[in-house]
Amino acid sequence: MDQKILPLSDSSALIHFGDEISLDVNRRVHALDARLRRAHPDGIVEAVPAYATLLVHYDPLALTFDEVAAWLKEAVEDAQEVSMRQPRHIEIPVRYGSEAGPDLGYVASFHHVTPAEIVRLHTGREYTVFMMGFTPGFPYMGILDEAIATPRLETPRTRVPAGSVGIAGTQTGIYPIDSPGGWRLIGYTSLPLFDLAASEPFLLAPGDTVRFIAEAIDA
Amino acid sequence: MLEVLEAGGLVTMQDAGRPGWRRYGMPFSGPMDAFAFRAANLLVGNPSSAAAVEIGGDVVLRALYDCVIAVTGAGIELSINSWDFPLWGSYFVRGGWQIRLARARFGMWAYLAAAGGFDGQLVLGSRSTYLRGRFGGLDGRPIQAGDRLTILQPRHDLLEVAARKVAEEARPAYSAAPAVGVILGPQSHRFHADDLAIFLSSPYHVNLASDRMGYRLDGARLANGSQSDITSEGMAMGSIQVPADGQPIVMMADCATTGGYAKIACVTSADLPLLAQCTPGRDQVRFRQVTLESAQVSYRMQMDRLKAGIIGAEDERWGG
Repeated sequence: MDQKILPLSDSSALIHFGDEISLDVNRRVHALDARLRRAHPDGIVEAVPAYATLLVHYDPLALTFDEVAAWLKEAVEDAQEVSMRQPRHIEIPVRYGSEAGPDLGYVASFHHVTPAEIVRLHTGREYTVFMMGFTPGFPYMGILDEAIATPRLETPRTRVPAGSVGIAGTQTGIYPIDSPGGWRLIGYTSLPLFDLAASEPFLLAPGDTVRFIAEAIDA
Repeated sequence: MLEVLEAGGLVTMQDAGRPGWRRYGMPFSGPMDAFAFRAANLLVGNPSSAAAVEIGGDVVLRALYDCVIAVTGAGIELSINSWDFPLWGSYFVRGGWQIRLARARFGMWAYLAAAGGFDGQLVLGSRSTYLRGRFGGLDGRPIQAGDRLTILQPRHDLLEVAARKVAEEARPAYSAAPAVGVILGPQSHRFHADDLAIFLSSPYHVNLASDRMGYRLDGARLANGSQSDITSEGMAMGSIQVPADGQPIVMMADCATTGGYAKIACVTSADLPLLAQCTPGRDQVRFRQVTLESAQVSYRMQMDRLKAGIIGAEDERWGG
């Protein structure tokens, strides 16, 4: 598989592994990210993994794009050979339905099944944190069973409470802070995703795997 | 310590930004005009990471003890005890004196640095205020009347860093209608050649719905058809996203770390200050294409000029 390395700004380089949302492509992103976190040249500031790309921010006073790109080309080869990354696995307890998940009923009727069946399918798989973004600590996770994939709201809510578990297409996510949001909310977790006082302020990291555990189902 | 007597508009504490956390979706924050911010710290002998006050409004302060301050950027007029002083200078301020930063006709953001740097809430290694997250600086909120801004221990003797200025030729050529350099990419190929040409030749007004997250632009509509959505990927300050309505949005200091709209181009580091200082609802920009190499060379030269352009009182007589 080929990748492209492009300038995104005059202080960042984008490594592009493809356009599709797939576990295989995303694994390549996280392998390179892990390689970069082990060791990298001075002047590389940080990297942002996404579905199919890794964005590498660098200091243009220390490095040129060509230097960054040359290093990344080698690192890509290296990363594929020795992917020593051990993804963490996190279990997230969820109360499904009712006020905690106001769209559970809609999602169930959209697919002509019971709310319990939606919960069974949502908890029935391990998901990968493809990337994080939108708000601090928001994980984009997948891939959902097609049988529960549901389009976003046409008009996003102006306020989604922190802890809300949502689905959008074949993705699932959790809102870490109160924010606007257009995902279908099916449940709520009391596990904080984002705690500035903690030694590790973020519960999840890109590349982690997650399983949801049903604490309760309120239809 | 500086006591805030009055504060209006958006006044926040910012340092050089919050690196290392963008992978978790944490915005970088930091100054809107990184050049003016850096100049303010250099003038008073601070490391470039020291926290300063970003002023997008009016502020009146009183020094509670002797200190040296520097004010740079645009958008305000500076007076100390009712005497006017030019921006881009450092000044010795006696305890009890009043510092007034009043809104000026041109510009958006000014920076007030103090020798030693300001203390503020340190979150994930940075004192930058992130308003949406409600943390950093002064408990994540704008600075307001009644606040006290603590100054940390200066690295230099105060008199060494007082009465310095940034040479005029080292300052940015701020304008109410700047030609802002951009490098194309990474999705510029999704736009029709005609639309790229329109983007690079038309004036764009900075929309009033602009803030520290992004500057929305009004002007010639850029059609990228059904191709406005991309698989979400990382983005940077200066990235120009074009959503389905065809009106570009430039990502600024508090922008999201990732985005799902096609990016036609990215404003260069050297010219981001020119865009940042444009007043929403009034000023307009044009974009000019530059190569990546020339963007990086311009930025290096700008930084070299700044370092060489800090002039001490001993180097030049003030006001002859």
